[in-house]
Amino acid sequence: MTIRKYLRERFFPHMWCPGCGHGTVLNALVRAIETMGMSRNEIVMVSGIGCSSRITGYVDVHTLHTLHGRALAFATGVKLSKPELNVIVPMGDGDALAIGGNHFIHAARRNIAITALVMNNRIYGMTGGQYSPLSGCDVMAATAPYSTIDPAFDVVALSVAAGATFVARCTTYHVKEMIDILRQAILHEGFSVVEILSQCPTYFGRANKLGDAAEMLRGLKEGTVPVGSEAKQKNPALIERGIFAQQEKPEYCAEYEKIMQRARAGRE
Amino acid sequence: MTRPKLKSFHLQREWCKGCGICVAFCPTSVLEMDSQGKATAVRLEACIACGMCMLRCPDLAITVETTDKEEKP
Repeated sequence: MTIRKYLRERFFPHMWCPGCGHGTVLNALVRAIETMGMSRNEIVMVSGIGCSSRITGYVDVHTLHTLHGRALAFATGVKLSKPELNVIVPMGDGDALAIGGNHFIHAARRNIAITALVMNNRIYGMTGGQYSPLSGCDVMAATAPYSTIDPAFDVVALSVAAGATFVARCTTYHVKEMIDILRQAILHEGFSVVEILSQCPTYFGRANKLGDAAEMLRGLKEGTVPVGSEAKQKNPALIERGIFAQQEKPEYCAEYEKIMQRARAGRE
Repeated sequence: MTRPKLKSFHLQREWCKGCGICVAFCPTSVLEMDSQGKATAVRLEACIACGMCMLRCPDLAITVETTDKEEKP
């Protein structure tokens, strides 16, 4: 099996719960990398803290497991010092948008060529099921025994507004779509954000009586539609998936190189 | 163009955590859970080699090999 060369097989079976969507994201990510025929030496994966961030332990590329919410800050440093490397930053919903919210919007604003994955299972799984900024209203969580009253961020709208030049959303049910979107996001020259709707059967599913992993996947299948579909107009509760923004703008490392050349020229 | 056909199916039992996703979504009900709560292929002759079990498996436990599209079965 060709994808195995991208895995640290000695750490398998992995630590995620049975049916956890993060495993499917790992599966799709290594397949996306494999279809591009990338060498393990040209990929750096940087993660923070949380269930999702454990993904860097399982991929046999250059990996950094860093501070909670600060993965993008470390990744920015890596990318600026070695712009020729492909930097991928897998984050959870809380890691990316609560603890790391500030790093997230500023990385997007700079349009630095990093691929940010938001593995959105709408809960803090590792610490026992507290609600996150992507849980949304009327959700049961360990810290919301009478349901949440906090509306969720719209990751797509937030990323577009902050300046990300590739923004997409997919789910762990639509795996072929996810592989294709991940491939395009990695190839994009600029800050790319992929929100992946994922399932946490252990905490989110159990607290909200959504059934087992397969039942939660059915929910993702029935609750999402391709972007621009008519069904969304009839039922606004449906979540759109697909590519929402894809444009070319000056990339941060390229601009930094230009300014360095100007600075050097001034000295001579 | 002929559809790719199944060449081999492999399930790594030690990696499988028995979540049942492959069983729930197999279009031809090839897979079932066994007495130890792990997925197992019981009707491989019905497999259409779509490979969705392999792509969706959160434990990366399934490998589906298919014949090439050009290859005559």
